[in-house]
Amino acid sequence: MLRESTLNIVIASLLLLVPVAALFLDEPFFITLATKVAILALAAVGLNLALGQGGLVSFGHATFFGVGGYSMGILASHAQSFTPLMEVPFLIEGTNSMPVIWLVAMIASALVALVVGALSLRTSGVYFIMVTLAFGQMFYYFTISWPAYGGEDGLSIYVRNQFPGLNTLDPIQFFGICYVILMLALLFVSRLNNSPFGLALAGARQNTERAQTVGINTYRLRLVAFVISGAITGLAGALFADLNRFVSPTMFSWHTSGEIMIFIILGGVARLYGPVAGAALFIVLEHYLGGLSEYWHIYLGAILLFVVLFAHGGLIGTLSKKERRHA
Amino acid sequence: MSLLELEAVTAIYGATPALFGVDLTIGEGEVIALMGRNGMGKSTTIKVICRLLKNPEGRVTFAGEDIANLPAHRAARRGIGLVPEGRRCFPNLTVGENLIASARPGEWDLGKVHGLFPRLKERSDQMAASLSGGEQQMLSIGRALMTNPRLLILDEATEGLAPVVRQEIWTAIATLKRQTGLSILVVDKSIAELRQIADGVVILERGSSVWQGGIADLSADVKDRYLGV
Repeated sequence: MLRESTLNIVIASLLLLVPVAALFLDEPFFITLATKVAILALAAVGLNLALGQGGLVSFGHATFFGVGGYSMGILASHAQSFTPLMEVPFLIEGTNSMPVIWLVAMIASALVALVVGALSLRTSGVYFIMVTLAFGQMFYYFTISWPAYGGEDGLSIYVRNQFPGLNTLDPIQFFGICYVILMLALLFVSRLNNSPFGLALAGARQNTERAQTVGINTYRLRLVAFVISGAITGLAGALFADLNRFVSPTMFSWHTSGEIMIFIILGGVARLYGPVAGAALFIVLEHYLGGLSEYWHIYLGAILLFVVLFAHGGLIGTLSKKERRHA
Repeated sequence: MSLLELEAVTAIYGATPALFGVDLTIGEGEVIALMGRNGMGKSTTIKVICRLLKNPEGRVTFAGEDIANLPAHRAARRGIGLVPEGRRCFPNLTVGENLIASARPGEWDLGKVHGLFPRLKERSDQMAASLSGGEQQMLSIGRALMTNPRLLILDEATEGLAPVVRQEIWTAIATLKRQTGLSILVVDKSIAELRQIADGVVILERGSSVWQGGIADLSADVKDRYLGV
């Protein structure tokens, strides 16, 4: 059995080594696959803060993923058509600068998370799940009927956005960007989880009433966690849109919310690297099982059932067997 | 001046009326024992004070402020620290994390809690769920102290513990009283041990406060009538 921290290093190294090896073997497809893992893992890192640490079963994180994606799509489409986004009351131009897009994506999804969280956190249990799901579906149908940005057909961005000093169209360089962001997000979340804020959040999950009697405002605490969680998933959405150079309402659909949650369950709920392990496993399964059969989700369902019934800590829990911290 | 004052408090627990008129006063630095047989309203009274029970009737004032409709976390921030019945730490946080998660600025910090309960320092990296009952009780008291309360409420703090451990807890409470001048409301059944620390006693009977006085004034008749001893 491995220590969880050792296992984390192994996973982080593997995710870095696979695309580097693919570069030398001239297999760019695997670089793109690894990039997809890094981005989807980032989306799940966001959800894991709410779901794992906070115990908030959000079935609407596609909302933030989509808001991040559309932030990128809208800004980049205006840059590509040289039309301003807005002229009155002041001029806002489109942009193809990644850092600006990331910032906008995070702020936009944080604001949406603030509204969704403020309403949904007044409920709990099944109601919380339903309210978050409803918000995702609202955005889904809204974008379908929003012709300005492609409606149901989505929006294509022909050239990948720019990052100063890098050629983002080179798969390995774009992978590098996504990998660094994922690592920074993991570092941030790990620090957050062990701070008084994160400990209070875990305490509130274990016993809400107890947390309140030591002076913790559980509503506000969860709202802040939900907003941070949404912003991280929103950033992943912007990167995902850049990876595909395409955004569509599918990003908002409940399938997306479900997939983000499946990454976490496969990898290990409340485990720092659970989202990374889960996203990697999911993409590998999708690639290989998807090659065998169009109905690969049947096998995925069986694996998921197995994990839920027999391997509670997911991949990380099964391999490390360490006591589940904060969970 | 009194720190906590309950005046003619009535409350409904779930669908059942549980309190029919409780009067209770605790002064600064005073230790009051809340006594009564099982089901007489002791825990409900504590829930009212800690704001875990919504909309009680009557007056509940803490440090001169009406707190009857405050949310629980605000009551805690005003200085009401609860050591709940059945201990109830955060099981999947370590001992140290349990204390840090509850910390509010003030005189009590990790060092001071470790000074009172050296055992918590030794066990700092251990999961709270893996502690013995007595250690969990120490952690529970430590956690309440970390919130820097003006009033500490101990609900059945020694229930179900071995005699040696009970004595350890009582000694710690006595130390607290002697050294800090903290106001304490303690719910317990053991008169012998309460004698060491309590200044006054309030007895509840069927949801009403029926007897108040010094602990030395507890006559055999009162004990027999209300406490069944």
